[in-house]
Amino acid sequence: MSDNAKEIKPTDWHSPEMNARIKRRYRKEKWFKGLGFTAVILAAMFLVTLIGRIAGDGLYGFVQTSIELDIPFEESILGNPREMSKADFEENVRRANMLRIIDASLQGHFPDVKSRRDRRELLRMVSTGARAQIRDMVLANPSLVGTTERVRLLASDDVDQLRKGRIDASEPEANRKVKDKELGWYQKLKEEGRVSLNFHTTFLTSGDSRDPELAGIWGATVGSALTLLVTLAIAFPIGVLTAIYLEEFAPKNRLTDLIEVNINNLAAVPSIVFGLLGLAVFLGVMHLPRSAPLVGGLTLALMTLPTIIIASRASIKAVPPSIRDAARGLGASPMQVVFHHVVPLAMPGILTGTIIGMAQALGETAPLLMIGMVAFIVDIPGGVTDAATALPVQIFLWADSPERAFVEKTSAAILVLLTFLIAMNGLAIWLRQKFEQHW
Amino acid sequence: MTSSAIFLFLVMLALGSFVFARQKALAGAGGDPAKLHSLPRHYGYFAATCVLLPGLFAFGIWVIFGNSIIEGLILSGVPDRVFEQNGDQATLVLNRIRLAVENPNSPETDPDILAAAAKFQAIYLKGIWAAFVLSISLGLVGLYVAVNRTKPDFRARNKFERVVLITLGMSSVIAIATTLGIVASLLFESLRFFQEVSIAEFVFGLHWSPQTALRADQVASAGAFGAVPLFAGTLLISFIAMLVAGPIGLLAAIYLTQYASQRMRKIAKPMLEVLAGVPTVVYGFFAALTVAPLFRDMGITLGLDIASESALAAGIVMGIMIIPFVSSLSDDAITAVPKSLKDGSLALGATPSETIKQVVLPAALPGIVGAFLLAISRAVGETMIVVMAAGMQPNLTANPFEAVTTVTVQIVALLTGDQEFDSAKTLSAFALGLALFVSTMVLNVIALKIVRKYREVYD
Repeated sequence: MSDNAKEIKPTDWHSPEMNARIKRRYRKEKWFKGLGFTAVILAAMFLVTLIGRIAGDGLYGFVQTSIELDIPFEESILGNPREMSKADFEENVRRANMLRIIDASLQGHFPDVKSRRDRRELLRMVSTGARAQIRDMVLANPSLVGTTERVRLLASDDVDQLRKGRIDASEPEANRKVKDKELGWYQKLKEEGRVSLNFHTTFLTSGDSRDPELAGIWGATVGSALTLLVTLAIAFPIGVLTAIYLEEFAPKNRLTDLIEVNINNLAAVPSIVFGLLGLAVFLGVMHLPRSAPLVGGLTLALMTLPTIIIASRASIKAVPPSIRDAARGLGASPMQVVFHHVVPLAMPGILTGTIIGMAQALGETAPLLMIGMVAFIVDIPGGVTDAATALPVQIFLWADSPERAFVEKTSAAILVLLTFLIAMNGLAIWLRQKFEQHW
Repeated sequence: MTSSAIFLFLVMLALGSFVFARQKALAGAGGDPAKLHSLPRHYGYFAATCVLLPGLFAFGIWVIFGNSIIEGLILSGVPDRVFEQNGDQATLVLNRIRLAVENPNSPETDPDILAAAAKFQAIYLKGIWAAFVLSISLGLVGLYVAVNRTKPDFRARNKFERVVLITLGMSSVIAIATTLGIVASLLFESLRFFQEVSIAEFVFGLHWSPQTALRADQVASAGAFGAVPLFAGTLLISFIAMLVAGPIGLLAAIYLTQYASQRMRKIAKPMLEVLAGVPTVVYGFFAALTVAPLFRDMGITLGLDIASESALAAGIVMGIMIIPFVSSLSDDAITAVPKSLKDGSLALGATPSETIKQVVLPAALPGIVGAFLLAISRAVGETMIVVMAAGMQPNLTANPFEAVTTVTVQIVALLTGDQEFDSAKTLSAFALGLALFVSTMVLNVIALKIVRKYREVYD
């Protein structure tokens, strides 16, 4: 009997056990919520660390150290523009050993450096690009010959790293890339106010180079642009036409079902497999040129096709049937309905999907490695069949370089790539918001 | 005369025939478009298609096959002596001929090569003129047919729309052709590989060392193609990635769908999208430059031996990359759970977290499992992070502090810089690619099946 009585007893909501239980449940609730919040914060932290780290290094990639030297433009080395014909003078300047001029200038600054080894080390503080710099100056302005001018020459990457504080002067000499002697020369130049950090346009305007201070991303940017052009020229028409066919004309049968499943599966195939396809078919069977933007563009086009098709289909589907009915009612043929009414109305969505697909293609690296766009290419590509690299591949190549100075070049290139990606995605968002229609 | 000039001529001919047929149709109706069956421009479109289709057909044949036919003709005329000089490699001979053609003052002195170069130029000139004449005359035939049919009662629009419809259908077949191309190229090269190495050795072998001797007298290992260490490495790194991405992605999705304010969602969702939009090469750089050295130094202070290319660093960074993937797919699965289920649970007195754990998550489970499977397939196929941050040594280990290698790393290592297709070394990359393709495909199909099945429950 007593057992039964216990069971019937109403719940005591205020018993200490119950209070403890409720407290425990609320504590669990708080913990769970906190856990979820932590997850979001962690993701945000990862992003901030990633971007912060790359921006921190990358911003230094846009500036470069120069050394100002009094350069004697000696007639004995360069030739006399007044006594020679213009062509002869230019030929002479091209052949002249500019190192002797720089050497003479450095001698003026450091008269106590005598031994040949030291003089060579001294010369190494100036970038190898300084010779071309002097040559171009003389070619542009022959009247410089015979004068001595204060010229801002590009410093070598070691001096540059020193100026940017990447090389710790307090470390023991054996662990440092820059020796005490060079450090002394650098200090002297710095005290004379000859060392300066300037915006480095070469980085944005030149091609790749083995020397970090001369390397630029223009070649890779042009390569990327050419590749994307090919991708767009192929993937956009085929993608949109496919979407139109599947949404508006395709009969419901096995074949169209197969095409649909296929497109969904293709969207999930790893990008490197597309690279293997490009290698086997475009290079192996069709013998298209290796390392060319043409092949890269074709491969990326096959990769972005599913993205464009899926986005275009969604956009075409969103156009209400009433539009089609009205056009049909006024006597338009099915083809006219689609091309005069449905596609123009769906165009903002189609373009948004295309831009997002292009942004994906711009950031893609692995397939391009497969088809040989990883070569060291100095020249700016002039057409879709020239050898080229792309921005992400350039980043990959520089990331592999042992020179410390390439770290900031890599980060700077990443910043440029991210800028392009943000611009493209921003354009897509703007298009969507500006032209999106709610029916 | 160049190939692009032929193309330009064709396009101009098509434009001309558009104008001509349009005028003729109008004139045939006495200048009154209402008397025509179709709009005047449809007659123009029809004529232009009649010119372009046969013309482009001939042009396409020239572009695709012209070069190889000419090369075959030239090579058959080159004496055997030249081949012997170049180690019997036709491509080398061809390259020399090409260089001599492109650059008249090249240092080429071999008289046979120079003769072949002259012959090449002559045949090429003949070939391109033949292609020009053929494509333009086919275009003109098309124009003649089209103009003959241009009469007021000709159903030009229907004919033209038929062509457009066929074009639409053809472009949708390209998606299938791509898949077929992938399967065919992977299978074909893999079969060649399996002629040299048995399938059993590839799938079950424990030793991977693809470097084979190039010359007979070279000292090198005989080449071993046991892919198990690669599969194990791939699984290890994917597992670490999922350990990071799974909990963080899922919890973030739960928080954003169930707890977060509208404002927080507005900030957090684009942030996750940015995380998803960062190119993988950037993650790879981050892993190799920041995370891997950090772990190595941490290992030194803790007295652990962590390799500078540890599986841990690559796995964790890959996990970060996959977080947005997991969270957005889980987000979809959780939002698809009907609100009534949640409200019922809350009304019975359950706290929000109890509701989520006991009602919402079980209901969304198939979708979440699907999301995880898709994320794993993504991790397995990811290339750049592991190429840059994971090692090349095929270690068969479960220790995340050691360096391991993956399927994708080996594909890249085997195929970059190598041009020839005929060694077991390069062919093995295609066998690895086939394994990768099949495994990701299976994961995707299962994931999509699970997701679809679960959708039917509440609809």
